[in-house]
Amino acid sequence: MTTSAPAARGERDGRADGAAPARPAVLTMQQAINRALAEALAEDPRTLVFGEDVGRLGGVFRVTDGLQRRFGEDRVFDTPLAESGIVGLAVGLAMNGWRPVPELQFDGFAYPAVDQIVNQVARMHYRTRGAAPMPVTLRVPSFGGIRAPEHHGESLEALFAHVPGLKVCAPSSPAEAHQLLLQSVRADDPVVYLEPKARYWERGPVPDDGPAPPVGTSRVVRPGRHATLVAWGAMVHRCLQVARLAAEDGVELEVVDLRWLKPIDADGLAASVARTRRAVVVHEAPLTAGLGAEVAALVQERAFRSLAAPVQRVTGFDVPYPAGPLEPKYLPTVDRVLLAVQRVLEF
Amino acid sequence: MADTAKPKGGGTARSTGGRRRSRKDAAPSIADEQPKTLLEYYRQMLLIRRFEERTAQAYTQARIGGYCHLNLGEEATIVGLMTALQERDYLFTNYREHGYAIGKGIHPRRVMAELYGRSTGVSKGWGGSMHMFDTETRMLGGYGIVGGQLPLATGAALAVSYRGGDEVVMCQMGDGTTNIGAWHESLNIASLWNLPVVFVVINNYTGMGTTVEKSSAEPELYKRGSAFRIEGVRVDGQDVLAVRDAATDLVERARSEQRPFLLEAMSHRMKGHSVVDPAKYRTPEQVEEAKANDPVASFESQLLEAGVLTEELKQEIADSVRDEVTDAADFAENSPHPDVATLFDYTYATPVANESRRMPADPVFAD
Ligand SMILES: Cc1ncc(C[n+]2csc(CCOP(=O)(O)OP(=O)(O)O)c2C)c(N)n1
Ligand SMILES: [Mg+2]
Repeated sequence: MTTSAPAARGERDGRADGAAPARPAVLTMQQAINRALAEALAEDPRTLVFGEDVGRLGGVFRVTDGLQRRFGEDRVFDTPLAESGIVGLAVGLAMNGWRPVPELQFDGFAYPAVDQIVNQVARMHYRTRGAAPMPVTLRVPSFGGIRAPEHHGESLEALFAHVPGLKVCAPSSPAEAHQLLLQSVRADDPVVYLEPKARYWERGPVPDDGPAPPVGTSRVVRPGRHATLVAWGAMVHRCLQVARLAAEDGVELEVVDLRWLKPIDADGLAASVARTRRAVVVHEAPLTAGLGAEVAALVQERAFRSLAAPVQRVTGFDVPYPAGPLEPKYLPTVDRVLLAVQRVLEF
Repeated sequence: MADTAKPKGGGTARSTGGRRRSRKDAAPSIADEQPKTLLEYYRQMLLIRRFEERTAQAYTQARIGGYCHLNLGEEATIVGLMTALQERDYLFTNYREHGYAIGKGIHPRRVMAELYGRSTGVSKGWGGSMHMFDTETRMLGGYGIVGGQLPLATGAALAVSYRGGDEVVMCQMGDGTTNIGAWHESLNIASLWNLPVVFVVINNYTGMGTTVEKSSAEPELYKRGSAFRIEGVRVDGQDVLAVRDAATDLVERARSEQRPFLLEAMSHRMKGHSVVDPAKYRTPEQVEEAKANDPVASFESQLLEAGVLTEELKQEIADSVRDEVTDAADFAENSPHPDVATLFDYTYATPVANESRRMPADPVFAD
C-alpha cells in the first residue's frame, strides 16, 4: 500500500540523489499532517480533501496549505459553510468509491454535523451489510490549550468512541500525526482523527512513511515501574512533564500514549499495569462518562489482580468549556496529575 | 436606495398590503434630517470605530484573549439597524457583536470588561467576545456557532407571538451563514407561522476567506427569502440613513403585519476575519475598496460638507469618544477576574448530586 520508494524519500528530505536514507525530517505537527495529506492525495487518486477554507486559504491552521495548488481544485476544494452538508457529501462520495478526507474547522463545529456522523457515516457499512464502503477520514482540530473559548477547545473523543462503527484516534507528536493520518486514510473504516491543536506548532522528527503498528495499538512513550499514566493528544506531553518531575523524587512513571481511542488497546493497558500495578488516566474532557471511565473499566477487567490502588482519573471538570483565563485551571495541571500519582502510590 | 425582492405567487393570506412608506423610494438625504440626529449617528459610529480599534490594541497586548471579531467597516449598518429597533425589541447577533451590544444600549464599560474577561462584564466575564447576553437591553446573545442564533431568534419571535406582544425580534448574521441548514429551517418556520422577526444579513462579500460567489448559489442574498415567501430588501450598508430607513420599514411591518422579513446590508470588512487573521487572501483592490468605502470617514465628510459638522465640533466629539473608550478600557483593566470557585455555578439550575467538584483535595480549590 505504501509509496515510499527510495527516490521519493530522498526527495522529501531535500536530497536530490535519492541514495542512502537521510535522517528523518524535523517538522511541526501541522506540517506533518500536511505531508501525510499530500502523500495520501499522491498515492490514491480517489482521495479528496475538502471543507471550509481548506483550499485557497489552506485552512485556519494552515494544515492544508499548498495542497490545492499541488493537487488541483478537483481534489482539494472549499465548501460553503455547512458542516452537516460537508459530512453528508463525504458519505455520498464514499459509497461511490471515493476516499474523502473532510475537515471540520474546529471541535465545536462538529456538533452541527453529528447527525451525519452518527446516523450515516458510522452505520452505513453495517446497515448495507457491507454494500456501501465508508472510508471517510474526518479531520477535526480539537482539544484545548490555546486559550480559546468554548467551541474551540472541546474534546469529542468520548462522544464518537461511543458510536459503533466509528474509529477514533488522536496523535501526540508530529511522527504520530503523520503515521496515524496515513493509517486512517488507508483504512476502509470511517475514522475520526482528532488533532491536538495545542501541539500543532511543536517540532519533532517525522520518519518516512513505512509499516505502522496495527490500528488500535497504544505506545509506551516512557517506561517506568511505579505507576502508569494513560493519556492521548496534548495530555501525553503533560504526562511526560509529570514523569520527569516525579523522576527527580525517584518515582518512575510509565507514560502510555493510547493514540487509538476506539478501538482501545486493552491488552497494552493490562500489560503496562501488570508492570506498574497502578494507573492514572488523564484527559481534557469532563470527568463524567469521559473516556477515562472506559480506560478504568478495562484496566480493572483485564488487570484486577495486578492493581494495588483504584485507577485515578484527572480530567477537565463537568462544566462547559470555560473562557480563556480559566482554561489553565480547567485543564489537568501538572499538580493535579502529581496529586493523583501520590494517591495511587499511597493507597 | 433599497432593492426589493417580493415573494412570487401572491394571492396568499400575506399580500404585502399598502403600508410602504413613501420615503423608501427616494434616497434619504442629509438635508432632510435634524442636525442633532445626524450628529448622534456620527458619534455612535465613531464610538464603535474607536472602541474596536481599542479592542484590537488590547488583543494585541494580550489583555483580551480567545478569538476576537471586529465590526470595523460595519459602523453605519449597526447604527442604522439599532436605530430602527425600539427599546423593547429583541436582538440576536453573532460573534461579530461588540458594536451591536453597544448599539443596543449596553454600556461600553460592560462590553469592554466582557472582552477582558472580567466579572463586571455583560456576561460576568464568562462569555467573552462571542457570547454577550443581556436581558435588560434585550440583547439575547452573540453566538459563536455560525447560524446558531437563527432558530433561537425564531423561537423568541414565537414567544412574542404566543403572548400577543408587539415586540419584534431582529436576527443578525453574516453572508456565509445563509448556507447552513439553520438558515433554511428558521426562515421556513418563521414564514409558515407568521412570526415577527427580521433576519438581517450583513453581506461583507466573504465568510472568512470564501467569497459569496463561491459559496451561495443565489449570491443576491436578499432574494433567498423568496423560497419561503419572505420579502427581502437590499440596502447600502455604508449609508446609515438608508439602513435606518430600510430597517425601520421592515421592523414596523413585522410588528404590524406579524410576519418575517429579510434585509441584506451590503457592507465591508476593513480588516481580517478576526484580529489574528492577516487576510492575505484579499486582493489589493479589495483592501483598497474597503478603505475607500470607510463609512465613518464618508459620513464625516458628508456632514462637514453640509455644514452639520464643523472642525471644532468634530474635535469635541472625537475627544468625548476617546474619553469614553479610555474610560471603558480603564474600567475593564481595573475590574476583577471571575473567582475560580464559581467555576461550577450555573451548570445546573438545581443542585446535582455527585458532580465532579468532588476531587476535594484538588489544588484548583485549594487557594
Ligand atoms: C458552525 C460553524 N462553522 C464554522 C465556524 C467558523 N467560522 C466562524 S465565522 C465563519 C465565517 C462566517 O462568515 P459570515 O457568515 O459571512 O460572517 P462574517 O464573519 O463575514 O461576519 C466561520 C467559517 C463557526 N463559528 N461555526
Ligand atoms: Mg461575511
